[in-house]
Amino acid sequence: MKAADLPQQRPAHAKLLILDADGAIAHAPRAAFANLLRAGDLVVANDASTLPASLHGTHVTSGAPIEVRLAGRRSLAAEDVRRFAAVIFGAGDFRTRTEERPLPPALLPGDRLALGPLSAIVEETLGHPRLAALRFDGNAKTVWAGLARHGKPIQYAHVREPLRLWDVWTPIAGAPAAFEPPSAGFAIDWSVLREIRARGAEFATLTHAAGISSTGDAALDRRLPFDEPYRIPPATAAAVERARARGGRVIAIGTTVVRALEHAASSRGRVRAGAGLATQRIGPETRLRVVDAILSGTHEAGTSHYELLRAFTDDAALERVSAALEADGYRTHEFGDSMFIERRGGQRDETRWWSRSFFDWARSSQHRLMSA
Amino acid sequence: MRYKQVIDSSALLSGLRVAVTGGTSGLGLALVRRLHAAGARVAFVARDADRVRRVAAGHGGIYGIVGDVANKDDIHPIALQIAGELGGLDVLVNNASDLGPVPLALLGDTECEDLERALATNVLGPFRLTKTLLGALASSAREGRGAIVLNISSDAAVNAYPRWGAYGASKAALAHMSRIWDAELAAEGIRFLAADPGDMDTPMHAAAVPDADPASLKRPETAADELIGLICETLAERMRTAPSSPAAVRQGGAA
Repeated sequence: MKAADLPQQRPAHAKLLILDADGAIAHAPRAAFANLLRAGDLVVANDASTLPASLHGTHVTSGAPIEVRLAGRRSLAAEDVRRFAAVIFGAGDFRTRTEERPLPPALLPGDRLALGPLSAIVEETLGHPRLAALRFDGNAKTVWAGLARHGKPIQYAHVREPLRLWDVWTPIAGAPAAFEPPSAGFAIDWSVLREIRARGAEFATLTHAAGISSTGDAALDRRLPFDEPYRIPPATAAAVERARARGGRVIAIGTTVVRALEHAASSRGRVRAGAGLATQRIGPETRLRVVDAILSGTHEAGTSHYELLRAFTDDAALERVSAALEADGYRTHEFGDSMFIERRGGQRDETRWWSRSFFDWARSSQHRLMSA
Repeated sequence: MRYKQVIDSSALLSGLRVAVTGGTSGLGLALVRRLHAAGARVAFVARDADRVRRVAAGHGGIYGIVGDVANKDDIHPIALQIAGELGGLDVLVNNASDLGPVPLALLGDTECEDLERALATNVLGPFRLTKTLLGALASSAREGRGAIVLNISSDAAVNAYPRWGAYGASKAALAHMSRIWDAELAAEGIRFLAADPGDMDTPMHAAAVPDADPASLKRPETAADELIGLICETLAERMRTAPSSPAAVRQGGAA
């Protein structure tokens, strides 16, 4: 697929591929998304705004230039912004594809990083030369002010212009929590919210720290998605309960919403309100307990986003989807076209949860396998 | 004022996440101090870093943010810090204002640049900041917490006072925009208010009317208390329509 290279959240020509519960494919303008809704449905979106998570600076010990991309955090608490997991690149900027970016200088615990007005220390390395746990100096106030002044949103080599925060904040963006934009939400503006209501559907949000979508490093990308903290408001858990009770569909706007709702789901499909840390991977073995359909970007086979779609439908259907996307000139990545995929009727019964916590990684340097 | 007797303002204001622009002098400063004293968590915005530091110093629960709402490039950094430090937002007070030409001038004598600056501070700035924080406010509304935008207006927005053209026209635009925002976002649960605090003994009033007798003017603390009362009334009214909201639970259904 062709990459969407203009930072336009809602281009008039944006397309939507629809794969329904019977495996049939249809096409629509994405602006007509609300027409897919039925009375009683619940639409759930991620209201995280996007952090300016890219920080250029220097590895003080060696004097070498680096780019730090904040990539993980243990909680969404406003004060808990001193410690992050980060992906670190050597010299250069986003105009070089991440695949070709040099490694940073060898990082050791105790190394200092100077990042504009911010300074940080490497607490530990996390099993890969590009991945480290950092601690910023100062307090939460210092970090928020420093990020606001010096941070830039994570940039993409396939987008021509440098992205500003206004390019990556969705219309409904609230508390800053995401490392890259929850870009499925680009489709939802204030006018669409009205249409959702007009169709007799409900709208709710959760906050999920959408992580880095790719690092350009195959070994690191295999560890994606990292652990992601989330928060589900009681009102949203109650809305899920209501939708299920009346037989409405729960429609997730984006993969992060699926990850949070399914992580907080009980075996009976009840969603626990409150804070959590999503550690699982969602793939073909996952039995979805809550989410009935997803509005998502167009994803290519092999990515963690594509793996998640395999929980919704079978591989044969996804192969037909991929062929249709290619044939119809759909565009991919953050600012690209969209897909609406309904879950095939409950044929899955096996549940397996993988947990790959990078905070645990340093301790065990092994995958943990948990069964839920 | 119907609910005045039954509103427990401390229950409504405790933990409320409020942002105030223009928070280092006059009405804004009084709002920051009064809201903080009432238990709210208050972020404020102002241009001068030293004054921001002085106002915030020694107060846990007051978050000073340096920025200029008239500057487009400052808006997202300001919004990031507001929503980041408060973990969301329940009430936004667009208070920072620009008089236009000082001394005040007839419209025919007003420099275009002075009008542009007044519009940038009093209309475009509040529009941009509100738009950027709309998601945070709507989330607050969905959780039954609040969601109010209070735009500080003026009687000059309604009456044609000679020499108040730049200020009056910009405030009229802000007040009208408030009404349209309110109509459009009622379904999302966000309320928009435009309120005239009256003539106050503030640096801005002194710049506009240097020879006014301060004794004849309202103290900004008094105006702040009235506006906080308005916020509380609006929150209480919202609780009546959304009885399961956390604020309603705290309040014990008093309204």
